[in-house]
Amino acid sequence: MVGITSFGVHLPVYRLRREEIGRMWGRAGGEGARAVAGYDEDPITMAVAAVLDCLKRTGGEADRLFLATTTSPYREKQAAAVVASAADLREDCHTADFSGSLRASSSALMAALDAVSAGAGKSAIVVASDMRAGAAKGSLEATLGDGAAALTVGTENVVAELEGSYSVYSDFTDYWRLDEDRFLRSAEGRFIDEAGYFPIMERVIGGLLDRYGLKSGDFSRIVYYASDSRQHGALARRLRLEKEKVQPPLYDAVGNTGTAAVLLMLGAALEQAKAGERILVVGYGDGADAFIFRVTGEIEKFRRIPLVSDKLVGKVFVSYGQYLTWRGIIPVETQTLPERPPLSLPARFRERRAISALYGVKCRRCGTPQFSPLGQNIRVCVKCQAKDEFEPYRFSDKRGTLFTYSVDSLMPTLNPPGVNGVVDFEGGGRLVCELTDCIVENLKVGMPVEMTFRRMFVNRGIISYFWKARPVAPA
Amino acid sequence: MESIRDKVAIIGMGCTRFGERWDKGVEDLLVEAAYEAFEDAGIAPKDVQAAWIGTVFSGLSAITLAPLQLQYIPVTRVENMCATGSEALRAAAYAVAAGVCDIALAIGVEKLKDTGATGVKGPSIVGDNQDASSGIGPGYSAPASFAYMATRYFHDYGIRPDEGKRLLAQIAVKNHHNGSLNPKAHFQNELTVEQVVNAPIIAWPLGLYDCCGVSDGAAAAIVTRADMARSFRQDPIYIKALQIAVGARQGAMRQDYDFTHIEENVTASRRAYAEAGIKDPRREISCAEVHDCFSIHEMIVYEDLGFSPRGRAREDIEAGTFTLKGELPVNTDGGLKCFGHPLGASGLRMMYEMYKQLQGKAGPRQVKNPRLALTHNLGGNAGTGICSCFIVGNEK
Repeated sequence: MVGITSFGVHLPVYRLRREEIGRMWGRAGGEGARAVAGYDEDPITMAVAAVLDCLKRTGGEADRLFLATTTSPYREKQAAAVVASAADLREDCHTADFSGSLRASSSALMAALDAVSAGAGKSAIVVASDMRAGAAKGSLEATLGDGAAALTVGTENVVAELEGSYSVYSDFTDYWRLDEDRFLRSAEGRFIDEAGYFPIMERVIGGLLDRYGLKSGDFSRIVYYASDSRQHGALARRLRLEKEKVQPPLYDAVGNTGTAAVLLMLGAALEQAKAGERILVVGYGDGADAFIFRVTGEIEKFRRIPLVSDKLVGKVFVSYGQYLTWRGIIPVETQTLPERPPLSLPARFRERRAISALYGVKCRRCGTPQFSPLGQNIRVCVKCQAKDEFEPYRFSDKRGTLFTYSVDSLMPTLNPPGVNGVVDFEGGGRLVCELTDCIVENLKVGMPVEMTFRRMFVNRGIISYFWKARPVAPA
Repeated sequence: MESIRDKVAIIGMGCTRFGERWDKGVEDLLVEAAYEAFEDAGIAPKDVQAAWIGTVFSGLSAITLAPLQLQYIPVTRVENMCATGSEALRAAAYAVAAGVCDIALAIGVEKLKDTGATGVKGPSIVGDNQDASSGIGPGYSAPASFAYMATRYFHDYGIRPDEGKRLLAQIAVKNHHNGSLNPKAHFQNELTVEQVVNAPIIAWPLGLYDCCGVSDGAAAAIVTRADMARSFRQDPIYIKALQIAVGARQGAMRQDYDFTHIEENVTASRRAYAEAGIKDPRREISCAEVHDCFSIHEMIVYEDLGFSPRGRAREDIEAGTFTLKGELPVNTDGGLKCFGHPLGASGLRMMYEMYKQLQGKAGPRQVKNPRLALTHNLGGNAGTGICSCFIVGNEK
């Protein structure tokens, strides 16, 4: 049996109300809100969070990691490898980026299912993460959203078994970006619907049903991508899908999260699904990929922690100004604070385990876990002074408590005031670090925190990723 | 192990006005401080046999001292963060005690305002490579790293933040009062508690007036053998103790480091008291200059140095123990808060004030019949600190 074995989601805690966007441009902004990646998030950090959420659910390992995104921070350099090292996957895990199309996520899923079905791999992670940008004052800036979703494909403890798939390609041009484009370009809406999206979706679903001798009525849940809520509803009417079977696209709450959107919807469907149900999943972009999944009895173990629903509602509403500055859409005043020292690639190479998965050491003699605040190699124990008697010790997966903190107006950040503090880990060890995703008024000594992989700053074209602490939800 | 006690004397000191000295360079500040010291000691530049120059950012090597045109004598640049000026004095005193020279110059300088930036450089000064870093480490500001102590102190002793802020404000008010009596201080204005607690927040709970001045300045000392000191002047000041204690990042790495005290302060001061033969610092020390980079640190220093019992600095602050007229005046010249904090100069600036106090030349700030005086610096922060604790006296 091959199918989905685990699921994870990361949605930023920040939301931008469509009303706030409308207010900016003096018009009605519409219902709901869009998810906005924090100033220290990008598709890589969101993917890491989704993968960790996914692995935490089942405690599994993986021998494949496929990352789908159309907005990798790197033009050249694999994002999947960054994600795999932050998730502390074994080195012989095969990593690959799937990019260039919204269909990258369903293509990655297809590749993962193929690899596991063929026996080439036992467990493959598929993660999709996007933060596409629409130009100011356009409709896309309101309808798009930022987020990531991950799932694992495997052969054991399968919650949704693959029963079939079908794919069509198309070079239809509806949304695109050239190298020099910061913002998405799109064709005219009616043209997209009538000449592209509707016929392609009809062909892929029709082809799938024909191949497996099924009718749309054989499915309990129907999950498919659309560029916005209007298009999503229009397709359901066109295909005469039973309304209660159509998985809502979540666009009102978070917006269209690009490659992550169809996986997020699938997660929301799995959250409700019962054993024996058949789910139709269709990813779209430059063609379409359609899958049939059959839910198994293993789904019951997914009930313990919600997959998607607890993350749909954001914690903090940002202003349009914050959104613009976090995205780098408008330049902000340079701070007159001293600059950080230049980044050194050799130093980052040496300290790679500390940077990627927050590895410190544990003293074999006195048992004290410890992390050098500079990421340096620890040679002598901070507690008992034993030399070179250590084993590696991962801190990124440990919870902690906030021992003390400050709300720091001088810390360079695009979300002032900065917050930093001292974290004591369960099981021992301490880290002085930045805090993120927190509501300043709610900070207090002793509050529980967990670690999150974030973008610290960019220096000489090097993106500095590292770990920050964030309040453990709900806070 | 021998002690430095009564082996070395300070026979001359100089200190520039601290502040935003836009029109003065490192060279001007060095000459200003050194020549005041030469004149005070009654010596000529050519009498100096060896020199130590302390600076953190304002020069890389001994050549920084070139503006004095000393003629091929041994010169060494030292750096030990905020204890840099004290480190220069320690080196010069040790050389004299070793008998390898009879007259040595210790001088510290910093031109912080030349950086064009607000505040002091961040993580690089606590041991990371300044030219090439892995980028690990939070971008916290210096005020934040001390705010951690205020947050934790308030938490552990059940002090509400607004109460805590008023308590710390009294330290700033005291230091501003002292600074207002000092023509060389960076800031010479009085403040009220209301002004302090209502000032903009820099790093919660610390506000603008909880933070010291970022200044330009230089200070210098001439040291000689104690047995030769009276041939230069009738009122030399004798070195009783020179202690430094350096942390190894315990505060950032060990859960038992509590952030309501600084172990470096405790260790350095206890060693200094032992070296100077002091049993009861609160009674025996006449006045002190301590490292009030942030108000919370001055409060914690009261406890770390044994001036107040642990957890009870509050009572002493409220009783006015550390004011000019109090039982143990602290930061009589305005401290880092008001006199300013050009890193490399600060330790020697503190010694300048203690030297003048012990000679009875502190003018309107003069404390009554001083005998023993203390200077204290802390570079870095809790567990990542370099603490110097020096004691001097006017009797041998």
